[in-house]
Amino acid sequence: MTGTSKAERALGAHDEALVQRALRAGATRREMVSWLMAAGMSAAAAGSVVTGATRALAQTPRKGGRIRVAGNSTSTADTVDPAKGSLSTDYSRCTMFYNGLTVLDESLTPQLELAEAIENSKATVWTIKLRKDVAFHDGRKLTADDVVFSLARHMDPAVGSKAKSLAQQMKEIKATGPNEVTVTLAAPNADFPVVLGTSHFLIIKAGTTDFSKAIGTGPYACKEFAPGVRSIAVRNPNYWKSGKAHVEEIEFIGIPDENARTNALLSGDLQLAAAVSPRSTKRVLSTPGYAVFETKSGNYNDLIMRQDAEPSKNPDLVLALKHLFNREQLRSAVFQGHAVVANDQPVDPSNRFFDAGVPQRSYDLDKAKFHLQKSGLANTALPLYAQSGSTALDTALVLQQAGQQIGLNLDVKRMPSDGYWSNVWMKHPLTMGNINPRPSADILFTLFFKSDSPWNESGWKNERFDQLLLDARAETDVAKRKQMYGEMQMLVRDKCGIGIPLFISFLDGHSAKLKGLRPIPTGGLMGYNFAEHVWLEA
Amino acid sequence: MNAVMARLIGARVAVCVLSLLIVSGLVFIATSLLPGDVTQEILGQSATPEAVEGLRRALNLDRPAPVRYLEWLGGLLTGDPGISLVNRLPVAEMIASRLPNSLLLAGMAAAFCVPAALFLGITSAIWRGSAYDRVVNTATVTTVSVPEFLVATLAVLIFAVHLRWLPAMSYASKIESVGQLLRSFALPVATLSCVVMAQMTRMTRAALLTVLDTPYIEMAVLKGARPMRVVLLHALPNAVGPIANAVAFSLSYLVGGAIIVEIIFSYPGIARLMVDAVATRDMPLVQACAMIFSAAYLVLVLVADLCAILSNPRLRYR
Repeated sequence: MTGTSKAERALGAHDEALVQRALRAGATRREMVSWLMAAGMSAAAAGSVVTGATRALAQTPRKGGRIRVAGNSTSTADTVDPAKGSLSTDYSRCTMFYNGLTVLDESLTPQLELAEAIENSKATVWTIKLRKDVAFHDGRKLTADDVVFSLARHMDPAVGSKAKSLAQQMKEIKATGPNEVTVTLAAPNADFPVVLGTSHFLIIKAGTTDFSKAIGTGPYACKEFAPGVRSIAVRNPNYWKSGKAHVEEIEFIGIPDENARTNALLSGDLQLAAAVSPRSTKRVLSTPGYAVFETKSGNYNDLIMRQDAEPSKNPDLVLALKHLFNREQLRSAVFQGHAVVANDQPVDPSNRFFDAGVPQRSYDLDKAKFHLQKSGLANTALPLYAQSGSTALDTALVLQQAGQQIGLNLDVKRMPSDGYWSNVWMKHPLTMGNINPRPSADILFTLFFKSDSPWNESGWKNERFDQLLLDARAETDVAKRKQMYGEMQMLVRDKCGIGIPLFISFLDGHSAKLKGLRPIPTGGLMGYNFAEHVWLEA
Repeated sequence: MNAVMARLIGARVAVCVLSLLIVSGLVFIATSLLPGDVTQEILGQSATPEAVEGLRRALNLDRPAPVRYLEWLGGLLTGDPGISLVNRLPVAEMIASRLPNSLLLAGMAAAFCVPAALFLGITSAIWRGSAYDRVVNTATVTTVSVPEFLVATLAVLIFAVHLRWLPAMSYASKIESVGQLLRSFALPVATLSCVVMAQMTRMTRAALLTVLDTPYIEMAVLKGARPMRVVLLHALPNAVGPIANAVAFSLSYLVGGAIIVEIIFSYPGIARLMVDAVATRDMPLVQACAMIFSAAYLVLVLVADLCAILSNPRLRYR
């Protein structure tokens, strides 16, 4: 192994043992590299040390075995139609059975998957060349028609695609050869390959309308799928990627109750359980043979202050509330430390466009009190709506307590989960929301912050922001884009009616025998793409 | 007598059908009063007005409610409960995959609970006021007072997580032998028993005691009949009516009310199917489940009534 020998050259045997021990104890690759670099090692050398160590540690993936995995939801709405997938369980299933044109890696940079090459002209006309060695589970070869069908069906309202608004930027989708597809966008978008790497745009067989089974090109074939019960995936013996898909069979079920899910894991009925609550992590870690897999991500709870409604449009009230977040206390009390302090803007530190130069807003009762007095809303009851049983509610309660110290009277209303997202979220001046990680800064800003987006949560309107959004999308120079996204982060932090206290980590529990998990920040379970990577130790 | 019985049963069945019809109307109205509809649930955060409109048209939901109700009713009468709005699978198929599970669980629980409850009820009536009677009474009241989710969670923690004797999920292991079946159903059945046994035990005891206080029992005792004979031959036949009703109520709970047990043990039964259907506003499925629950309830009550009538000539000839 060249990696190990390089590591030996760069580090003494003792140091190398330390690195390996730290990695085994759960330090991520990123943490180790920054630690080594802080200790004076060059980036390239540090990278090779850690790569060598992870490779040595990773051993050789073992083939075979069966695993049972539980997601955190199950209902008759479970689907293996990529366009309709709406929950993490749907994404996890779809990535077992299908591939995308691209796939997102640990830094959310798109890597080629079914595409062999992707070229663009001015970020508007995208030519996608397909691999020629790919076949569906039923033996038919992948062609350009399958890709055209998979992309174009999002426009059909009868499909009920979740990604319709994202798909509408594709003005023309055309097969320009047996293995080539050309997509023309309505406006330039340098992040188009990122869009193609999301679960909704996985590639299905042309003409598919029946989704009672899944036929894709993915690492596993669908042996059984019963919505609301389970799916059984068996290894695809002809999978086109080599050295992937190690486990023989994956049974995937959903256990919505977190307690029951953790119990099932610890009783040995599961090898992997999604979304373990921060409170349960101690229980999992104290049981021999089990481990917690943490993924730092851009998932956040937010306080939504509508900018088109009284009293939340009052800029001083907005500032008072943003200064009232005791972010450190929230992090340790609500999330047991499994979160990263945020700065009232939605781009998290793991994102390649995160701007560390934006000054951190801190918990400041004096400033909060000053702005509250100026707003004239002290001692007025302000109703704040939150979904009962969510960590967003806990966040609201901590905020309410802080408010009491300065004469701010937040009246926290616990609303039932059922119908929360259609009837409560964004419908009142003050509500709590939750936003899952999005694969790119562009998608995040477009969906939740652009003036005319239906989910512009706070209803703010900022011309400069909208302009920067379009400019950054068309810009292919990464450094220039980073600068633009930096300015946008600053604008959102200061002007927008959204308070974001923390970025919340995803926590999954697993048997220590299950190997191969690496964090991908779009979500837990390796960004819901664990199937082809995990393997079971003998 | 057969003609009388036939007329009686016929009248009861007719009333049941009428009740079902009323229930179907009520369920339809109630579900349409729920906030949000299936298109909004499917689209979630992507529910823009035009997306909702498009999907509504595609699912034929843009027509007036009475028309949809009558169409559904027509379908049901011809044996077709429709297609799920959420995953486009036939409702009949979805129910067919879940109903046997629920019936199996209910059957296992009933097979254990009914004899056990009758035994406890009858024995505690015989030894009324004894220490045994008091223990049985206290124990049944205690178990019925503790919420199911607590019993189930504690049972899982003790027997599955710590002792590792039994699985935490009951459907998970493929069932191949009787031993596996018992292992896999032990915890859910035990949890359900805690809930339903108490009612049956206490009703049996109460019904039997009422009869034991009547003069003809006193007469039997005075004539020198042994206690066992008095209870089993003289008293019990006259207590069958109320006991059968208590059993029917408990069993109807087992068919549709095992939702918490189904959730905690990840058991794919029909109660969870209905809760899913309500959460996703999948009307055809909600309707079909509601009809099954109502029908099961009505059938059980009907059977209980018939038992009562058959065991009591006075009711038969009235």
